[in-house]
Amino acid sequence: MAANSNVSISVSGPGTGPGIAALIDGTTDIAQASRPITQTETAQAEANGVHPYEIHVANDGLSVVVNPSNNVSELTTAQLSAIYTCNIANWRDVGGKDAPVVVLSRDTSSGSHDFFLQRVVQMQGLPTQNTTLQYGPEVLFLSSTEAGITEVAQNPDAIFYAGLAYVTNQTKTVALKKTASDPAILPSKETVLDGTYYLARPLFFYTNGEPTGVIKDFIDYCLSPAGQEKVSEVGYIPLA
Amino acid sequence: MLKPGTSSVVAASNTGDSLRRRPRLGERFIESWIFLAGLFAIIILVGIIAVLIKEGLPIFTYSSPWQFLFGTKWYPTSEPPTFGILPFFVGTLMITLIATVAAVPIGVGCAAYLAEVAPPRIRETVKPIIELLAGIPSVMMGFIGLMLLSPLVKSIFHLNTGLCGLTAAIMLSLMSLPIIVSVSEDALHAVPKEFKEASYALGATKWETIRHVCIPAALSGIGAAIMLGVGRAIGETMTVLMVAGGALAVPLSPTDPMTTMTAAIASGIGNAARGGLQYQALFAIGLILFVMTLAVNLIAERVLERQKRKFAR
Repeated sequence: MAANSNVSISVSGPGTGPGIAALIDGTTDIAQASRPITQTETAQAEANGVHPYEIHVANDGLSVVVNPSNNVSELTTAQLSAIYTCNIANWRDVGGKDAPVVVLSRDTSSGSHDFFLQRVVQMQGLPTQNTTLQYGPEVLFLSSTEAGITEVAQNPDAIFYAGLAYVTNQTKTVALKKTASDPAILPSKETVLDGTYYLARPLFFYTNGEPTGVIKDFIDYCLSPAGQEKVSEVGYIPLA
Repeated sequence: MLKPGTSSVVAASNTGDSLRRRPRLGERFIESWIFLAGLFAIIILVGIIAVLIKEGLPIFTYSSPWQFLFGTKWYPTSEPPTFGILPFFVGTLMITLIATVAAVPIGVGCAAYLAEVAPPRIRETVKPIIELLAGIPSVMMGFIGLMLLSPLVKSIFHLNTGLCGLTAAIMLSLMSLPIIVSVSEDALHAVPKEFKEASYALGATKWETIRHVCIPAALSGIGAAIMLGVGRAIGETMTVLMVAGGALAVPLSPTDPMTTMTAAIASGIGNAARGGLQYQALFAIGLILFVMTLAVNLIAERVLERQKRKFAR
């Protein structure tokens, strides 16, 4: 900031969807995304004369969190899917105490919402894949990740998912098993980088065409050792 | 007219004829200015309605009005998308109703206390403080609801989660209170002293005077206050988005998590592709919301008119 004091940056954070929509409408220079751009979005952008350019800046392990008092510490993808489609409504059914599950999710503007829908709810890429599955009617859709973390910290029966940077010690992260026969793995730098953590995902910047000028300077900084140091500092996983 | 000094010099040196003409010219200017201002407001309003209709109505070619209004499934991003807004409609009705039922008696009671009972010094300190409450940003109210009220509601009602319609309704009633108190206090304060004096002269107690003289006489003002309060409750978005829970099922009880129409628009519009089906559906929700507030206003006007006539007799 000190080196480029004549540049003003404004950041707004409603979610991946609005960010990419703003890039398509030409109202932002850089859109951050926690999922890759979709084909529909690329087509809309091209129709508007915008050429989305993808930059992989960091990695994340989407973490499934519960209240620290919850005695469930590992879940399979199929169990999570059943919880989020409201087919499992009691913690007892996944080895916990006899209490209803309060299922929290982000709303549709979030990239995590889409990522979790595809990878967990619909179990894409697994033998049990079913792309007709949707979030169940009892799921609470929250407008911010912070609201979900706050609720999980207060509510012994709640479950939520969040990027690593949002996870605090007020919540407990659940280890995930890809299928019942796979080992239970917690998100960490190693498990995200080697891909053994099932919900490891890349985080992107999108710009209109290859970045130039001050935008390029910013991107270069983010990819530099100092920028990657910052990535770890806020809680995400650097590129390598 | 803009320079009173020069105009008075001119007026003094001219004949009586121009003295009469000058104010007319100024008056005509002011009249046309007011007319243009009024026209401008109407044009903008009509424009907004036109946009709502233009962007919202096409959704009914995809999903029939019946399916749209009474459908219970809202999956705008699945293939094929389904748009049923009954859960949001019920949520809005439930939250607004509870917020109004809670806020109106407290608000009008508080206004009556400030206007008729409280000593002037209390009135002069309390009223600005209450009006200050109206200035708290709704996101702050949402934050307070999230951190303080929702755990309280959860433990009092033994709920699975405190993020529910009731929490939102309580926050909304707190948010519409300042408007109701302030506007109805003004209306009560404006009731002619003679009315009250006549009432006391007839031997009425303070309560009887408030109940049978002041409140009926200020009814149109109190009605306007309630309408403004209801309007705030229906239209409030941020607080509801934060604390109402955001579930997509049709709420059966106020303690269920729910989504209101405003919250559905706010959480969906950011990533709805311009002109796409979800975009049209969200505009249609806006259109229905507009029709609802219009209906509430018309009904309230009718009721107030009737009440006023009754009082006149």
